[in-house]
Amino acid sequence: MTHVHAKPETHDTLLYLDGVTVSFDGFKALNGLSLYVIAGELRAIIGPNGAGKTTMMDVITGKTRPDLGEVFFNGGTDLTKLDEAQIANLGIGRKFQKPTVFESHTVYHNLELALAGSRNVFASLIFRLTGEQKARIDHVLETVSLTADRHRLAGNLSHGQKQWLEIGMLLMQDPELLLVDEPAAGMTDAETEQTAALLKEIARSHSVVVVEHDMTFIRALDTHVTVLHEGSVLAEGSLDTVQNNQQVIEVYLGR
Amino acid sequence: MTHGPGPLARLVAGSPGALITLVLVMGAAVLVPVLNLVVPAGSAFHVPTYLVSLMGKYLCYGLLALSVDLIWGFCGILSLGHGAFFALGGYAVGMYLLREIGARGVYGNATLPDFMVFLNWKELPWYWYGFDHFPFAALMVVAVPGLLAFAFGWFAFRSRVSGVYLSIITQAMTFALMLAFFRNDMGFGGNNGLTDFKDILGFNIQSDATRVGLFVATALALVCGYLVCRVIVSSRLGRVLIGIRDAESRTRFLGYRVENYKLFVFVVSAVIAGVAGALYVPQVGIINPGEFAPANSIEIVIWVAVGGRGTLHGAILGALLVNYFKSYLTSALPEVWLFALGGLFIGVTLFMPKGIIGSVNAIIGKGRVAAGARRRVSPG
Repeated sequence: MTHVHAKPETHDTLLYLDGVTVSFDGFKALNGLSLYVIAGELRAIIGPNGAGKTTMMDVITGKTRPDLGEVFFNGGTDLTKLDEAQIANLGIGRKFQKPTVFESHTVYHNLELALAGSRNVFASLIFRLTGEQKARIDHVLETVSLTADRHRLAGNLSHGQKQWLEIGMLLMQDPELLLVDEPAAGMTDAETEQTAALLKEIARSHSVVVVEHDMTFIRALDTHVTVLHEGSVLAEGSLDTVQNNQQVIEVYLGR
Repeated sequence: MTHGPGPLARLVAGSPGALITLVLVMGAAVLVPVLNLVVPAGSAFHVPTYLVSLMGKYLCYGLLALSVDLIWGFCGILSLGHGAFFALGGYAVGMYLLREIGARGVYGNATLPDFMVFLNWKELPWYWYGFDHFPFAALMVVAVPGLLAFAFGWFAFRSRVSGVYLSIITQAMTFALMLAFFRNDMGFGGNNGLTDFKDILGFNIQSDATRVGLFVATALALVCGYLVCRVIVSSRLGRVLIGIRDAESRTRFLGYRVENYKLFVFVVSAVIAGVAGALYVPQVGIINPGEFAPANSIEIVIWVAVGGRGTLHGAILGALLVNYFKSYLTSALPEVWLFALGGLFIGVTLFMPKGIIGSVNAIIGKGRVAAGARRRVSPG
């Protein structure tokens, strides 16, 4: 019934959460959560409201410090000792639930800011795009279907386009692991489908963890699913397996 | 790389406001000396010396407003204590000017300034050493505000103090400095401050030529300050600053150390404010602890809001307009001034939140945005 965690093989484990507990005023948002993601994997994480999905992202990216437990990335690096910028520079990119782009910058400048490279203050002062970097921006613009909108202000984009721009910014960062929080929220069916295709394309060359509510979207991703409930893992497996899991049904439909 | 326009042309490209600002300030730097020194006093075109110094004072305020716009308009750091950096720059020059008096003071004491003789002090405090040399004083003009801003920013930004809380502690900083400088035993002239200056670099501070020289120096400092700010905001660093202003956590998750960026721009801004204060003191002839008053710092923010924050030249325009208005009103209807200032701030916040330049830019940009919106196919 419940998935039993095999001890992960260290050489191909990219991310390993070990017994992570976070409480807010006595409420345990994460309760001994253990989870691992293998390099190159596309993983979907689902769960009802309050299951701890976003808190899990916050812990991995350094926004929230766990009370207990450890988070290892790429072998031995303990992420719980680092801050957001250090973790981002290790190669973990994050897309927020609510699309978060720089609204008063153009689409092009949003991508330029995300471009992998030195984040030093003085390097930024004298920074000039090289031809290679321009080509990379063009390539990402193409990937997220925003080539025609490159000179528009990000604040003037539609909701779906902002989501894509944010995914594009993750691609510019070229992280090893992408954490994507509800990418299909507020999208039309056509946009949802396009987004799923985009993420599958990205997952060919990156490890991706997607948190999502939308079952159609999860089905379109066609990948390994982890169900969170009350801050720990309830079930893991293919979407069909977890959907037929009695505990999962109870959690989602109520007892 | 292609042979594009020169670096200066690139900076003002696409910003007519920047070009107009540079031309006007440079024009004033050439025209005002001619109209004061060459045109005879009887002529209708003659600019009297008091007016030269008044305009010089306004340009100092313009430079000060610029420093606040750099952090507030571009990085969202609302400092309500920038008057402190201005005053510190002013005190550094004031100390030099006081040492220049030498034995010509009321008490004729060659080693001690008048106020120390009056307080019955026997020797010069150690922190007055060096101020009889202009280069040392000039160094202190940038070093003291810069170091204070660095220490303040180091703790505040590292602890992620932002928004209203940061504004309040900047206000507390300037208030604390005001109380400290009011004390006689601080050794900065207490309540009276530093005044009765005689020479600067050996030139009589009251002479027309010196006054004109100070005006020209101020105009050049404003041009340099403006260009420094332009270089910063039009670089990738400037785009990171705007990113921090609009979506701080997104900037962090992209891997930028937000505290370092804020610290850098805060220190640059404090140094610019210090230079403004240093040019202000010889032109008005006095520096006292009143310059640290919290109300002064709030007034700077109003200049920037009126002119249009996040535009740089808007800040300068706002400083000039509001101060002209202030000079006019405080002589015509002195009791009305504070009400007018408050009303102006409320009016701008309610009816012109982008300020003068921001509103002009919005009107110019409207056609372009409307065209963009028509092209846009919004789904669902």
